[in-house]
Amino acid sequence: MTLLALERVDKVFGGLRALRGVSFEVAPGSIFGLIGPNGAGKTTLFNVITGVYRPDGGHVRFDGGEIGGLSPARVAELGIARTFQNIRLFRAMTVEENVMVAGHKLHRAGLASAVFRTAAHASDENALTTRARELLEVLGLKDHAEDVAGSLPYGSQRRLEIARALMLGPKLLLLDEPAAGMNSSEAFELERQIRFLRDELGVTIVLVEHNMSVVMSVCERIHVVDHGETIAEGTPAEIKVHPRVLAAYLGQEADPGAADEETAP
Amino acid sequence: MSEFFQQIINGLSLGSIYALIALGYTMVYGILKLINFAHGEVFMLGAYSGYFLASALGVERYSASGQSFPLGLALVVLLGAMALSALLGVTIEALAYRPVRSAPRLTPLITAIGASLFLQNAAVLLFTPNPRPYPPILREVRFTLGGVIVTNIKLAIFVVAIVLMIGLHQFVQRTWTGRAMRAVSMNMDAARLMGIDVNATIRATFAIGSALAAAGGILFGLDQITINPLMGVLTGLKAFVAAVLGGIGNIPGAVVGGLLIGLAEQLTAGYLSPDYRDAITFLILVVILVLKPEGLLGVVRQEKV
Repeated sequence: MTLLALERVDKVFGGLRALRGVSFEVAPGSIFGLIGPNGAGKTTLFNVITGVYRPDGGHVRFDGGEIGGLSPARVAELGIARTFQNIRLFRAMTVEENVMVAGHKLHRAGLASAVFRTAAHASDENALTTRARELLEVLGLKDHAEDVAGSLPYGSQRRLEIARALMLGPKLLLLDEPAAGMNSSEAFELERQIRFLRDELGVTIVLVEHNMSVVMSVCERIHVVDHGETIAEGTPAEIKVHPRVLAAYLGQEADPGAADEETAP
Repeated sequence: MSEFFQQIINGLSLGSIYALIALGYTMVYGILKLINFAHGEVFMLGAYSGYFLASALGVERYSASGQSFPLGLALVVLLGAMALSALLGVTIEALAYRPVRSAPRLTPLITAIGASLFLQNAAVLLFTPNPRPYPPILREVRFTLGGVIVTNIKLAIFVVAIVLMIGLHQFVQRTWTGRAMRAVSMNMDAARLMGIDVNATIRATFAIGSALAAAGGILFGLDQITINPLMGVLTGLKAFVAAVLGGIGNIPGAVVGGLLIGLAEQLTAGYLSPDYRDAITFLILVVILVLKPEGLLGVVRQEKV
């Protein structure tokens, strides 16, 4: 039973092979970590999954169907939402409006009803506002609903991106470095929120993160890439001691003898 | 003193026409970072749409028999011309701009100039280059207020412009499509990933901007008495300056810029010399580009990598 499956995904930029035959499977209801040194291809993987890039080889399956090469809007509609490594909020809008923008599924009444302020429009707007407030509460941003998004501190902006992504009602949420720029207490709070999203909202989560204490604490399985290739997959305990992972992060050649005991790709 | 107030009244009414046109420039720039040079021609064709609609509704019969054109029909002319121009704007976007949307920014700019020249010359061909007297959709009534001559036409221009601008503000701030427009203008990629239909949002922007320009065209025709196929060139350029003065991409800025340009033009014409009325606008453009290139209400954009 898998929600998201990548099979031998390739992506080439000119002469650079950014992804080489990457495969992994994410089980529904899990929290899945994707790690690797800078430039390993983690964000490229997110872009392939969300339709920003078309894969040059292999398959991306979501909920049983092929999604490789679909448009970003279509992928979002199918139930994959994401946040960005470099924050992409609608900075001049209020916090609440940022979340409401992603709520088109809740908004059915057309333009005419908005202009003439019909009951259908009012109830749609109410549903949007209510849902937006709920999500802001989950992410601890309820008190800032009326603030301008660009004025929030960095950590809050990251959480606002998560709230906005959740407004799409996704089955799968891709978080690109959500803890970047957070201090340790903010990062700890983020861990709690990520678990809450999975436990209470039933969202499956794939996490790209450099903060290892966050990754090791919330993820159930971790997939490691380096230079666009898979180098390991396992539980946090397995990954912590995996020689190829240690080598990739410490910049050393892996000891060929030690690699034998582990699940090499 | 009454002379001064006279110039202010005339300036505000002219300025509100510039503001209506400037809104279209600024909205399109806000979303696509494109200067839509064909917008002046949409304004011109809006004026012509009003001309032909009014003729079709028998405006000559009313004026020949000394009656004034019914207000309801005048409203039909206004809304009809706005609808036709909205359609024109959407068509220009689909044919001239969408195919080159992902090209370097210079390409759509040149396409815009091409579209502008095409529409000008098409209008010369279809309508002849001769100026046409604008039909009396509103019959002029003059009254004096403390020595200042006010006509119902000047008042109507001001009222129609204000109503449309308030309507636009409500639309952009309160409706689903307005929120989508703001989101797309702030970050198109993120908007797309949040499930917003970016193409539909861009179409809506062109439709609204073009409808406002058409309203400006009809008001201009009423104010200036004649229209011609090249009327969009200078007026469009002045409205563009108004948008830059207010801060291009900024909706309240376009209104402020339009009113200021209108006032500057009238005051120059009244106190300096009518010969300088066009020059002052472009002098303002040079000064603003040197001193405050982001415009009066604009913010400096920080480019992020």
